[in-house]
Amino acid sequence: MRVNGVAHPPVGDSRRLLSDHLRHDLGLTGTHVGCEHGVCGCCTVLFDGAPVRSCLMLAVQAEGHEVTTIEGLAAPGEPLHPVQQAFHECHGLQCGFCTPGFVMSVVGLLREHPNPTPEQVNEGISGNLCRCTGYASIRRAVLRAAELSQK
Amino acid sequence: MTTRWFGAPVQRVEDDRLLRGRGQFTDDIDEGALESFIVRSPFAHARIKSIDVTAAQSVPGVVALYLAADLPFGSTDLPILIPHPNLTHGRTQRCLASDVVRYVGEAVAFVVADNRYIAEDAADLVEVEYEPLPVVITPEAAAAAEHLVHDDVPGNVAAEMLQERGNVQEALARSSHRKRLRLRFERGAASPMEARAVWARWSEAEHRLTVYDSTQSPTSIRGGLAVLFGLPESDVDVIAPDVGGGFGPKIMLFYPDELLVPFAAMRLGRPVKWTEDRQEHFTAVNQERGQVHEVEVGFDGEGRVLALNDDFVHDAGAYTPYGIILPIITAAQVPGPYSVPNYRVRFRDMYTNATPTSPYRGAGRPHACFVMERTLDAIAAELGLDRVEVRRRNLIAADQFPYEVGVAWQDGNRVVYDSGNYPALVDRAVEMLGPRPAGDHIGMGLSPYVEGTGVGPYEGAHVQVLVSGKVVAATGIPSQGQAHATVWAQIVADALGVDVADVEVTSGDTRKFQWGVGTFASRGAVMAGNAMAVAAGMVAEKAKHIAADLLEANPADLELAGGRVRVKGSPERGVPLAAVAVHANPMRYAFGGGTEAATQFTPRPRPGPPLAVGEQPGLEATGYYSTTGSTWAAGCHAAYVRVDPKTFRLEILKYVVVHDCGRLINPLVVQGQIEGGVAQGIGGAFYERLAYDADGQLRNASFMEFLMPYATEIPAIEIDHIETPSPLNPLGIKGAGEAGVIPVGAVIASAVEEALGVPINEMPLSPLKLYELVTTRS
Repeated sequence: MRVNGVAHPPVGDSRRLLSDHLRHDLGLTGTHVGCEHGVCGCCTVLFDGAPVRSCLMLAVQAEGHEVTTIEGLAAPGEPLHPVQQAFHECHGLQCGFCTPGFVMSVVGLLREHPNPTPEQVNEGISGNLCRCTGYASIRRAVLRAAELSQK
Repeated sequence: MTTRWFGAPVQRVEDDRLLRGRGQFTDDIDEGALESFIVRSPFAHARIKSIDVTAAQSVPGVVALYLAADLPFGSTDLPILIPHPNLTHGRTQRCLASDVVRYVGEAVAFVVADNRYIAEDAADLVEVEYEPLPVVITPEAAAAAEHLVHDDVPGNVAAEMLQERGNVQEALARSSHRKRLRLRFERGAASPMEARAVWARWSEAEHRLTVYDSTQSPTSIRGGLAVLFGLPESDVDVIAPDVGGGFGPKIMLFYPDELLVPFAAMRLGRPVKWTEDRQEHFTAVNQERGQVHEVEVGFDGEGRVLALNDDFVHDAGAYTPYGIILPIITAAQVPGPYSVPNYRVRFRDMYTNATPTSPYRGAGRPHACFVMERTLDAIAAELGLDRVEVRRRNLIAADQFPYEVGVAWQDGNRVVYDSGNYPALVDRAVEMLGPRPAGDHIGMGLSPYVEGTGVGPYEGAHVQVLVSGKVVAATGIPSQGQAHATVWAQIVADALGVDVADVEVTSGDTRKFQWGVGTFASRGAVMAGNAMAVAAGMVAEKAKHIAADLLEANPADLELAGGRVRVKGSPERGVPLAAVAVHANPMRYAFGGGTEAATQFTPRPRPGPPLAVGEQPGLEATGYYSTTGSTWAAGCHAAYVRVDPKTFRLEILKYVVVHDCGRLINPLVVQGQIEGGVAQGIGGAFYERLAYDADGQLRNASFMEFLMPYATEIPAIEIDHIETPSPLNPLGIKGAGEAGVIPVGAVIASAVEEALGVPINEMPLSPLKLYELVTTRS
């Protein structure tokens, strides 16, 4: 599989979850695991460009596919991706644990709806749980991200 | 002191690493660590007949398997964090149970393996033979005491406490109106997005134990580990790295894993880690909120409360590691912002066969608020008065501060409100709420509240100006998302006259700061914030004294601004702070940073050695802030809701918050705290419920069935602030961490009661519960 544009050798252990493979085999610990049953969305990554729960996939299922994690959005030292920048500007995170999952979901959302309505924003982030922010600042961040993405 | 940064909406300095996926949460740390899994009791109450680990130990890749008998501390009862004379029958669990288990999730065995998958495989093969015992699961059942949770605790009563202000019996007798209510609050769960995790390494060469722990109190964990493992504290480092939310239950001394992981790391000579999964988090981590109140209130024809008698039971769970803080807080906070001239409160802390309880955001207060607000609504209904007017008639007036409530506070002192303006909060909330929306099945709820914040005993801070002119600061208490590194940088930057971006704050790392208590009870900003101000103020004074020698000026004539120490009124006469830092360390080999600038200044000669007796090198200081009283924040929430009469879905049409936490350090951060708190309150009021069955099984231990709100359930919230500074601390601040959550249940209950016309006497609600209430009525 290719992760953030880099090819990796096949996964040895057939029962390894994609989330565990990313975190513990490839050291991409920005993908977080909050529930391991596909509800919280912390482990969201892009799978061939679309948001998926990496805790609900086996790593072997990703062979031959392109995976993008939070680390793949902006290289170290480079400016933040517009979605990341918008979360910063709008105070869209507190503890930061759910944040990578939200950011990846929003990247997917804005690909589908570059100018989302408030309803589309709510719908687009309604697969991710956040326990700190109460979502208000995240909704603001999504709209701001749409603005930044078009600059 | 200038106040350039204090009060400004400074954007968070923590964000960059977290947004790039380069934060460091405990489970992110690897370093070849062995992984582990805890075997837990599937029974709520059972005697352990035997444990057979033969099959588990034979699984390839299993490195160690520990039972209670394998632990040197295996027969030690874990500590009671906060003992109290009224806690006559305190009981705590042992690290691993070997005799009786008293809740589902109690730890029984610990498996260490090459990786987590193998550890879980082996855990499945640990054969524990249990003899089930009768289960006590509700506080009512505990009070009935048909069965005992602990054989040696009569009546299941861990503690009983009675307090009285005035004479309630006499005041009730002369009240023209009296009313009785029975109010019930069920258990809830904090559910931070990161479950708990511990990583530990023992270095034989350095004789040093290093523990990463997703805790809210690394300093306490360090002290406890040092005692238990017979090490000097200086040989133990405990670091709370990025912590993915806390909300209370991440502070314990100890969860079993906090001993098992360091123990295994020392025994095996390899790093060991343990990461909790979501399912075990539901029963292994402390919960809160279960209480049943029997209230009698006496009042006059104008709706003024004359006497309040509250007799309640608190669901302690199976053990009392946290003492009786929760019912003490509830007892203290029932009167809230209201004048209750005669108040009698008795509580009994009851053992049940469920997970132990300890503070969860709000900590005894949401239930207290619910009790008082339900009582006031009952008074309004009885007299046919407007609910808001009844509240106004009972509020403590703005000129009555300091106000003594007449009961004990959690710190052992009396409850004294330091400052506030409660009528102004209600007025502003009513104004913001505006006219009632058109439509049917709409209800309004409004609830003012108070919150004791900033409880002592103390916190400390270390502040140092480096020779580069940059500033580093550290405190003992960790952050779980409260933007400590930002707000404390604001305080330090003001005191030292530097840019906030030049201040780097570390919190929750005992290598950087060893002393302190923890992040809980809305105390971080008050306690550590003021400690930062004390330490930074000491550094500023030291800088002035050193610069006075360089500038041939009087220290009193100097000020710190723009990264320099300069003469007031003659800003061109000054010296860079970086150069002062160089001169603060009288040495021969100065290098880097402000050294070149420092050579431009020659201190005026003074007698004696370069470092006089009592002086310390370096432009740094350690300062502490301690307090005798809590700061009392307050606020008022109000809402319009609509309940669908067929589906009983809750629609929050408008939700407003007026908040007073004294002076705001950073309005963005406070707004985030409130918005998050309200969302948690809404979850706890209508969606989240811990569904224990009669056997003590938690039937909904997953996010599929424990319904934490998504964005689709949480409305926009309108927030305004008033600021009545606290007279108790130099910065005038009060805590803000729990304010969002406290009155939400009371507001929703009041609004739903009006919308549906059925009495609401319990929390949480749900569509099913409302359906039952409505159909029972008709």
